[in-house]
Amino acid sequence: MSAFILRRLLIAIPTVCVIATASFFLMRAAPGGPFDAEADLEPEVLENIRAAYDLDKPLLVQFQIYVSNAIRGDFGPSLVYKDFSVTELVAIGLPVSLQLGAWAMLVALVLGGLAGIIAALRQNRLIDHAIMAMAMTGIAIPSFVVAPILALFFGLYLRLLPVAGWNDGAWQNMVLPVTALALPQVAVIARLVRGGMLEVLRSNFVRTARAKGLPEYRVVSAHVLRSALIPLVGYLGPALAGIMTGSLVIELIFNLPGIGRYFIQGALNRDYPLVMGVVVIYACLIITLNLLSDLAYAALDPRVRRAYR
Amino acid sequence: MSAKPGELLGSGALASAAAGQASRSLWAQAARRFRRNRAAMGSVYILSLIAVTAVLVPMFWPHGIEDASWEKILAPPSFDDWHWFGTDANGRDLLVRVFYGGRISLTIGLLTTMVALSIGVTYGALAGFVGGRTDGFMMRFVDVLYSLPLLFFIILLVTVFGRNIYLVFVAIGAVEWLTMSRIVRGQTLTVKSKEFVESAVAIGMSRSAILARYIIPNVLGPVVVYVTLLIPTNIVIESYLSFIGLGVQEPLTSWGLLISQGSGQLDSAPWLIFFPATLLAITMFCFNFIGDGLRDALDPRDR
Repeated sequence: MSAFILRRLLIAIPTVCVIATASFFLMRAAPGGPFDAEADLEPEVLENIRAAYDLDKPLLVQFQIYVSNAIRGDFGPSLVYKDFSVTELVAIGLPVSLQLGAWAMLVALVLGGLAGIIAALRQNRLIDHAIMAMAMTGIAIPSFVVAPILALFFGLYLRLLPVAGWNDGAWQNMVLPVTALALPQVAVIARLVRGGMLEVLRSNFVRTARAKGLPEYRVVSAHVLRSALIPLVGYLGPALAGIMTGSLVIELIFNLPGIGRYFIQGALNRDYPLVMGVVVIYACLIITLNLLSDLAYAALDPRVRRAYR
Repeated sequence: MSAKPGELLGSGALASAAAGQASRSLWAQAARRFRRNRAAMGSVYILSLIAVTAVLVPMFWPHGIEDASWEKILAPPSFDDWHWFGTDANGRDLLVRVFYGGRISLTIGLLTTMVALSIGVTYGALAGFVGGRTDGFMMRFVDVLYSLPLLFFIILLVTVFGRNIYLVFVAIGAVEWLTMSRIVRGQTLTVKSKEFVESAVAIGMSRSAILARYIIPNVLGPVVVYVTLLIPTNIVIESYLSFIGLGVQEPLTSWGLLISQGSGQLDSAPWLIFFPATLLAITMFCFNFIGDGLRDALDPRDR
């Protein structure tokens, strides 16, 4: 196990380095300097500005400064939201995005897991086909189509829930965005769990358990579920990445003050430091969670450790 | 592995066909199996219809994609005056825009997949064929990229280099080759140990010739399956980028951009989102059914 952890760390650490390097050089490769707008500056003034932002130093020294700042969580000032640093904007947006993401993940795991288990236990019956058809629909229809339709139906026609807005995280405001965010993952998880269950249901130890005369619910709860749900742990990382990505459009559609909305505003306004900072922070977050999910998976399933060589 | 009698028969027939004749008969068998799959065949017809209409309708429709008529702003769908899908906020005919957008969405889906295909196949085949330390290093690099939120990187690229449709092509293709390279490498490792490769080595064929003549044709099956699943993924990524305003720009249009514009006028003009979203969803369904059908046809042991 320790060799596995070491091996995974040996991947995770260079990854973070690649991100830092790539983002720094992309920033420098961007066409147009940061001070192009103020075209008629005196040469001395320009020189002073460049010195203030360390732009007069050699590239390698700039890189060193950038890395050491980034490690301390300082990604510089936002170019569009004046008076805000990137770190401050992230601090404002992150709690909103985290709440959304955590709820969506919970809903996806519970709903997707249940749907997958039911479908597998009733394989090739009507309910199995119905669940799988719904899963296919969930995968085929992107969340940016589902979200406006949910808002229209529940918000405008039925007037049950607010159409948009955050309202300090009131649950009524969360229902629709969380649903829209969770649905694609529900579909994937349902398929994953169904596949895992079917494989385990056919295995010898389940036949043995039945042969011993265990009641079916005991077979399922004590034997099948334990091994069928393990692959789900390995899917937590990708699911999280999917939810984070989906969160970008969902925050935009429901007008929620999360990181995603700042990120897209930043991208539309070419606010390099903001976009760069969010990418680096999200990448590190995803790498860490991927690592944890892989380690948990390997701890639960020894075959993974052996396959990973 | 548990095998029902029918499955055993299928794989046995396949193995004897592969051993006895040229590889064409294997593909012919797969084609026969595929044709028996009604959902997959239906999807092929529907998809062809969508592709043909996407090309032809904008050429022959009475309205152009930019013809605005001020008397007909947000007109609901009707058969008068050829506005079958209604008109948008600028009085432009939606039907012609939906099919024109389909042209762009499908083209982007295909081209980005080609980019991903060429990078992924070359990279994976090379890693698997060369093997050893090079393989280890190349695959670690794929692992590194794999764990990154790649859509964020596409957005970063588009931010830094400006919104440009060609950049969208390259960016999507350049990040979506990873799974392809893994599949190809795994297959290559399997094929490499086969006798016919050994005999090619024995008669002194060069490495690149073996790669082109034997390895790549033999890894095609799983690649074909993955391609049919990658095209819809890439169409969705393009729609996603267009939806948030970073992909296709006016006056061009795509399904994502149309859906984005429609979602702003959901309550007053629901048809604006209904038609592009429906076509997008049908396309997704078709590609998924075809992908599943191909997988069943090419790898009968799987079910």
